[in-house]
Amino acid sequence: MQMPEPNTSILASKGRIVARLQEVLPKAAVISEESETRAYECDALTAYRCPPLAAVLPSTTQEVSAVLRICHEEGVPVVPRGSGTSLAGGALPTADCVILGVAKMNAVLETDYDNRFIRVQTGRTNLSVTGAVEENGFFYAPDPSSQLACAIAGNIAMNSGGAHCLKYGVTTNNLLGATVVLMDGTVVEMGGAYLDAGGLDLLGVICGSEGQLGVVTEATLRILPKPEGARPVLMGFASNEVAGECVSDIIKAGVLPVAIEFMDRPCIEACEAFAHAGYPMCEALLIVEVEGSPAEIDEQLGLILQIARRHDPVELRESQSEEESARIWLGRKSAFGAMGQINDYMCLDGTIPVTSLPLVLRRIGELSKQYGLGVANVFHAGDGNMHPLILFDANKPGDLELCEAMGAEILRLCVEVGGCLTGEHGVGIEKRDLMVDQFDPLDMEAQMAVKDVFDPDWLLNPAKVFPLASSEARRATRMAAE
Amino acid sequence: MQPQTETELAEMIRAAPGPLAIRGGGTRPIGTPPAGEALSVAGLTGVSLYEPGALTLVVKAGTPLAEVEAVLADEGQRLPFEPMDHRALLGTKGTPTIGGVVAANVSGPRRVQAGACRDSLIGVRYVDGMGTAIKNGGRVMKNVTGYDLVKLMAGSYGTLGVLTEVAFKVLPAPGATATIRANGLDEATAVRAMSAALGSPFEVNGAAHHSDRHADQAVTLLRIEGFSESVAYRANALCELLKPYGDWQVAEVDWSRFRDVAPFVGQPSDVWRLSVKPSDAPGLVALADPLDALFDWGGGLVWLRVTEGTDLRADLGRFAGHATLIRAADETKTRLGVFHPEPAPLAKISDGLRAKFDPRGILNPGLMG
Repeated sequence: MQMPEPNTSILASKGRIVARLQEVLPKAAVISEESETRAYECDALTAYRCPPLAAVLPSTTQEVSAVLRICHEEGVPVVPRGSGTSLAGGALPTADCVILGVAKMNAVLETDYDNRFIRVQTGRTNLSVTGAVEENGFFYAPDPSSQLACAIAGNIAMNSGGAHCLKYGVTTNNLLGATVVLMDGTVVEMGGAYLDAGGLDLLGVICGSEGQLGVVTEATLRILPKPEGARPVLMGFASNEVAGECVSDIIKAGVLPVAIEFMDRPCIEACEAFAHAGYPMCEALLIVEVEGSPAEIDEQLGLILQIARRHDPVELRESQSEEESARIWLGRKSAFGAMGQINDYMCLDGTIPVTSLPLVLRRIGELSKQYGLGVANVFHAGDGNMHPLILFDANKPGDLELCEAMGAEILRLCVEVGGCLTGEHGVGIEKRDLMVDQFDPLDMEAQMAVKDVFDPDWLLNPAKVFPLASSEARRATRMAAE
Repeated sequence: MQPQTETELAEMIRAAPGPLAIRGGGTRPIGTPPAGEALSVAGLTGVSLYEPGALTLVVKAGTPLAEVEAVLADEGQRLPFEPMDHRALLGTKGTPTIGGVVAANVSGPRRVQAGACRDSLIGVRYVDGMGTAIKNGGRVMKNVTGYDLVKLMAGSYGTLGVLTEVAFKVLPAPGATATIRANGLDEATAVRAMSAALGSPFEVNGAAHHSDRHADQAVTLLRIEGFSESVAYRANALCELLKPYGDWQVAEVDWSRFRDVAPFVGQPSDVWRLSVKPSDAPGLVALADPLDALFDWGGGLVWLRVTEGTDLRADLGRFAGHATLIRAADETKTRLGVFHPEPAPLAKISDGLRAKFDPRGILNPGLMG
């Protein structure tokens, strides 16, 4: 993965830049020793690493503003960082950048059950937002797999999803307002504790902009009353195709489960060996979960089971207890950990129209044979968001490159059938160079024009999202100005 | 001008010597009326793709809304956000188009639970002010590839680009609906009751209150939808839960009256639309002292009818939210501004975006202020 050459004049000015940052932050909040900046050299896409020039850990919006003003004046690129769990390299530093970490900013600022929102500093982890309101019967809906660790800041940057977005939507559908610090240090409020911000929907653009338009320091999030109950059903099928058809039929029938999760045989085997959840050995498994009162759950599951039976399931297991529900989810939730035990893997994130599921799964199988690399499929089937895990050996020269090439072919296939490169992880550096497969140059130009308005010098989170060749002219203008 | 294809539309915009007034069905004249040659997208019609099994609909922007709703109804599905019909309120005729719904981000009572138009919108095609056709988003409901210009186009009233095609996530239409009603609640009690209902696990997807301020005949309404047995169960549970606020009964209610603000129709006066924190709503309405007030979204949306020419924003002072002048004489719209004034840094960004998307300033110039 190519990254731009660091700006040597910035590297040479490190002393002055660090000294200026120390003037506006407590001593411990500025990290510049090489032994310590190494802690920020990568995120969860660990194949790529580069220690930053420095890292700062501000505690308030005012401190973030002061840091950005200095970096803006000095022409120093800034890479915002939540918890560093990005699988797409969204927080990968450049050697000439300052990492702006919001991890210290994790306070709950306001909780309002009558108006159903919570306002938090964005360093707070996703799960601890729900943790702050669950005693009162509420929850925050987006639930990415990394929710124990990932920060709201990163969720907003990547517009994160999760297993339950078929019913509750993704981050952008649950974000009411944000305090945003622009690259020049200006603090702006977008939206608030009311619906549909006035004027142009700038909040909608900030969400999912991968930290390239501004740094979100505080967020007003919609919280929802917890359902009375939830119950999953486990279904096994003789082929991926049949399981795919079953998903489509369930959706067509007018039931809207909160989650429909799909696992194929390689994934089932790995999970079973790892978590002993008691899954049946078959070609494809679905976990379908519905919510409501016990009677409502019975009614919905009745209909879902009736549909499933038409597809000759090899197994139908309706949970009879909390314990059994937990066991059904156990295998699915440990899928990534299970795969990590047996292999290095790369996790893809393309989305496809649900109706193309059988075709895409068949093609992935063919590519797996062609490249000689194993693939396990585990994903959110209701919304078509696939997570093929390509297995490779990081110690074997050439294997990573082979794996990336195969991944690119799968993502191009997703685009070809009407889907997209990334459903919830973001583009980052990982899929940057594939953007040309989804967008033509003019489509990308329209997006880059938005960045020109928010960050005219292209200093925020550089070399991400857009192919280097596409953004080169803009970055060159900045370099020339210095 | 009425192009029949996106290519024709793009050519017309490229060749346009001056400002263009963009229209769909012409039923929602919201905003300061733009000067310029009329450009209608009503010629761009038809369903491009509908996959009920994937909950996806892609449709040309000029397609009549009624046609979109009929196509979905045939498969037992619907638009989740229940778009309002502005015709009666604004005294317009014509055929509402799906593109107009998106351009004005029009949502109805169900917005409180199912999200706004912008939340269901998953893809757009549009032609910008330079005559370039652009696509963003797509046809799948989870998509974070590149910046989200889909949200930006929703509610931009044709000032950033002319929509040619829009894609939605749609939902199954439920088999049963029930409404429970309480009579005679004052506004503060009604909002508290609606908050309690929306904070319950019973999935309320409509919460409205109206009192003719002179006749003292207040009604508070809560709607539940789903499978028939579950709807009956939840209606009962809600009646029980909300007893402290009043006496609740199941009632037959036509929600389109609330969606379309029917009580304000034919009353000569200005109409404002307030988006606020629900618990702030009763206090703000008291400050405004309107001729009539209708609460939707559990109090988060307040429609106010006031004497012609009233500067409502001056009466309300600073508050969290925004006030939009929906119906008034052109003179009033120009004097007060239709959209809520933005703080300077936000206005600078909005102006910057317009200058990028429409450098000649020819798309509905001045409509959003």
